[in-house]
Amino acid sequence: MTPDYDLAVVGGGPAGVAGALTASLAGLGVVLLDSAARLGGQYFRRPADGFRAGRPGALHHGLDRFARQCDRLAARADVLTGHRVWSVEREGSALAVRCAEGDREERPRTITARGVLVATGAYDRPLPFPGWDLPGVITAGGAQALLKGDLVVAGSRVVVAGTGPFLLPVAAGLAAAGAHVLGAYEAGGRLGLAAHPFLAAGRAAEALGYGLRLARHRVPYRGRRAVVEAHGDDRLTHVTIARLDRDWRPVSTRTVECDTLACGYGFIPRIDLLVQLGCAVRDDHGDPAVVVDAGMRTGVPGVYAAGETTGVGGALLAEVEGRIAGRAAAADLGRRVPPDPVLSRRRDRMAAFARALRQAYPVRPGWQGWLREDTLVCRCEEVPLSAVREALELGAADARSVKLLTRAGMGWCQGRMCGYTVACLTRDALPVTRRAIAEPVRLGDLAAWPRPADDPASPDDGPASPEGRSR
Amino acid sequence: MNPARRLVRADPEPGFEIDVDGEAVPVVPGQSLGAVLHAAGIRSWRTTRSGGRPRGLFCGIGVCFDCLVTVNGVPSLRACQIEARPGDRVTTGRPHPDGRPAADHASTEREAAGPAGPGRDRGAGGGRGDS
Repeated sequence: MTPDYDLAVVGGGPAGVAGALTASLAGLGVVLLDSAARLGGQYFRRPADGFRAGRPGALHHGLDRFARQCDRLAARADVLTGHRVWSVEREGSALAVRCAEGDREERPRTITARGVLVATGAYDRPLPFPGWDLPGVITAGGAQALLKGDLVVAGSRVVVAGTGPFLLPVAAGLAAAGAHVLGAYEAGGRLGLAAHPFLAAGRAAEALGYGLRLARHRVPYRGRRAVVEAHGDDRLTHVTIARLDRDWRPVSTRTVECDTLACGYGFIPRIDLLVQLGCAVRDDHGDPAVVVDAGMRTGVPGVYAAGETTGVGGALLAEVEGRIAGRAAAADLGRRVPPDPVLSRRRDRMAAFARALRQAYPVRPGWQGWLREDTLVCRCEEVPLSAVREALELGAADARSVKLLTRAGMGWCQGRMCGYTVACLTRDALPVTRRAIAEPVRLGDLAAWPRPADDPASPDDGPASPEGRSR
Repeated sequence: MNPARRLVRADPEPGFEIDVDGEAVPVVPGQSLGAVLHAAGIRSWRTTRSGGRPRGLFCGIGVCFDCLVTVNGVPSLRACQIEARPGDRVTTGRPHPDGRPAADHASTEREAAGPAGPGRDRGAGGGRGDS
């Protein structure tokens, strides 16, 4: 059987689009799949077409360039938006990409390719605290998605909290869009904008832009502060902001009235498809990242990874990695691709900066002191801290045992929200969860696929489909 | 016009309204259902199974499943991942403004096929085929 394409790219953010474009320019037959209705991923999420935005780039850095790449790509490759990939597996000499097409009706579809580039990005890492499940508490990335994609300002009185440089564009964007941003609270050291790492990367203009915007809207940016409790009956009404010591233990607190809290403590790479394929995973400062060589090849033949899946490093690095992966994929399939040492050096330099940034904004252990016995650890299964503690007292020594005893991580999100927390509470090693299915899929669609008899079913993944959908 | 729309010089197409527990809520074509609800000041549209706690948007990008919503009788759709469509009827389980009892929205999380009661239009796009 001849595969449908030379290369299937999963993920339409900066890494995926650059990878698909580079590979198609080098002569490969390329398909790009993305779950959203428009290309862009999280970073370049664009307003719905219905808005007819005359200046969509006002909310982004570098959107025009990305949009040009999308246009060039559409002219020479198949771009399939609205396709949610739930599995990639080897099928003979090809790789089979299984997806569901459409946002509600979900037509099943399988695409085969000689190679696959996985550029599925990352999602916000939430940390739990009392009240974090109240409506009105959202992730920083969620606030950005509402703003960039739907032109909806997340709230009128907004607090931004967490750690990492991402807090700056979130706070600046919300303020510019009309929210009263009461403050951006960085749990780590603020360092001061003058010493901000954006400057070290030669991104002075970007840093200055955020700083000016925050200043213009009188948004305070404070270090060593965190939201340690959210209050409200059935929606958020105020938050407790604590001054923290070096280890993030609260020193003093005050309460602020707000209707929305946007918080995020860094990002967790989305590597489900790569783990399914058996790619090696390394410990990237406490988070999983896929191991790749200088050409973004994983150890699995024909499988490439780029962007946040190889370690969180931002959109600029993601684009460079995508280009490198596209070139490697073309070269591996016999196309003439001259080496590009400049690109490799850029990647090395930017990856080194990303590592420094990760080290500059670590999650410190004092956050565990924010929790109370009844604070939910697992939102889906409503598992409180007390249940996790009980499991630990019963002798659970790793995250998996805690999951089996408490159901933490067994719900709809399959541990994506609580996995980090549970691993920290159990002092477990790097949490790498193997999920046989990366997206919800109907049991009927699953049953319809012929599978080879000798295919080993994955034994350790809990329910294949979130129970709410397996009607 | 809200400042976010002004910022990007939006010139929205004619919109439409969807029905949320009997109330009309405005939509710009292409907006996600979650964004539409959030923009209308609706912050939760389901309650949890054991604690009965309200939930709405959290991650906003399809990862957390907090925003599961019942549309046209079809339960467990991620509001942040689906576009609002003309004719959509959302049932949240909130008490109706005129005092009628809430639709049995708990069925979002059980196996019931349709929570909406007799005579409720299932709408276009309903039915997930293999139930």
